[in-house]
Amino acid sequence: MKRLLSRGTLAPWLATIALFVFWEAVVRLFGIAEFILPTPTATFAALFEFWGPIWHNAFQTLFTTMVGFAIAVVFGLVLGVAVGASALLYQSIYPLLIGFNSIPKVAVVPILVLWFGIGTVPAIITAFLISFFPIVVNVATGIATLEPEMQDVLRSLGARRIDILRKVGVPRSMPYFFASLKISITLAFVGSVISETVAANSGIGHLMLQASSSFRVPLVFAGLLVIAFLGIVMYAVAALAERRLTGWATRGQDGAVYATGG
Amino acid sequence: MEGRLPDEPAFVDITDVSLAYGGDDHQTLALENASMAIGRGEFVAVVGPSGCGKSSLLKLVSGLHPASAGSVRVGGDPVGGPLKIVGMAFQNPIMLPWRTTLQNVLLPLEIVEPHRSVYRRRKKEFREKADSLLETVGLQGFGDRFPWQLSGGMQQRASLCRALIHEPDLLLLDEPFAALDAFTREELWDVLQDLWMRNGFTVVLVTHDLREAVYLADRVDVVSNRPGRVIFSRDVTLPRPRRLDNTYDADFVELVHELRDHISKARQAP
Repeated sequence: MKRLLSRGTLAPWLATIALFVFWEAVVRLFGIAEFILPTPTATFAALFEFWGPIWHNAFQTLFTTMVGFAIAVVFGLVLGVAVGASALLYQSIYPLLIGFNSIPKVAVVPILVLWFGIGTVPAIITAFLISFFPIVVNVATGIATLEPEMQDVLRSLGARRIDILRKVGVPRSMPYFFASLKISITLAFVGSVISETVAANSGIGHLMLQASSSFRVPLVFAGLLVIAFLGIVMYAVAALAERRLTGWATRGQDGAVYATGG
Repeated sequence: MEGRLPDEPAFVDITDVSLAYGGDDHQTLALENASMAIGRGEFVAVVGPSGCGKSSLLKLVSGLHPASAGSVRVGGDPVGGPLKIVGMAFQNPIMLPWRTTLQNVLLPLEIVEPHRSVYRRRKKEFREKADSLLETVGLQGFGDRFPWQLSGGMQQRASLCRALIHEPDLLLLDEPFAALDAFTREELWDVLQDLWMRNGFTVVLVTHDLREAVYLADRVDVVSNRPGRVIFSRDVTLPRPRRLDNTYDADFVELVHELRDHISKARQAP
């Protein structure tokens, strides 16, 4: 058991190292120029060399992402519960939501800049816009697919609709909710970075744009690594919350380590 | 109809009830002109071929489903919606997996008045009550487990507790033991019989199992093939408490055979 466990914890690190080794080998073997694909070593060198500005900009990106994500969680939860609980709302709003979600968010950023100016606000809004949809869909699904038998248990007691929603609908949708958080948080990073590359004065996206315009490609890749790292960390936080709060859904086993997707 | 005095109103009174499911095009008639009267404190078993509308009968009485025609009265009042004096248990235990067994048992008290409004204040007392109820069905010490950590039989015991925690006057059971193995099932017959003898609530038990019906009930009603109607009614006067040994007695076996004949007829009859 213990050996299995340690192998399980080691596996992702080994896979990551293998990827970097492969990357390094390919670049050296084929003599690829640094301004096309820098080696991992050059990328890490850039990461340390520009640690100050990277840290500063990463913090900005993390901030806008988390604020946008937080709004998405609240909004997504409320809208998801409402849409899941009311068939009429489901029918009327769902096509709108799908249409809205189909719009590339990069096309929305210029409009946001027009309204709010360049900077933090468009990044937050983009992060929010791109990440609330999976939450709404999942929470609504969790509530709308409530077993009729389970409803009957409560209805036979004379429970009101709001009781059924509170006692059964919402708790039952929590595994769906947490599954969607794992997707949403990574999408939120995509949103804020998109906005930063289009219109911002700070943030990892802005840094990467600046670096690439001056052909400092290792720094661009360093930025990518930082975003990936932040995404993994936040995903892990969401996964941990999921396992802590909805362990019943996986019957307390380790099944929760697998991503459920949306 | 059995010989009830006219001045003694039935606790559950179903008169000429019909129930149709589905849209206008292809309606399924589950019940047609069904009548049944159940006295207060009586234990009635309803048996019949599968798909004969037995479960529909329970939905009518519980108020989960309105009748298409006829009248359903419980305690003298027409049933217009779910009743708070009813406890229900189903073939599946239907426990809420995010709640512990004890929290599942407590659920009705969080919903049914007057317990609901005093739930916070009297929570400790309610928990003790749930604990002692779990103990009477042989689940002492399992209150803090989650339902999915219990066996099917244990979950069904807990489900019985949940149906009884708010001390309903009327217990509606929809094949509650059908999914269990024979030993567990017979054990739970005794659990149910003991609870009933102690508390004196009224029971309507829908079942496929004729031995179960004869073992537990004061009266067994046989329902015909769809559209369902009560075609035969048999009082069971065997002394109580009935024990498993009694199921091999001649009069018990004879009763089961008699019912079996009527079921066969019910299956053939339209």
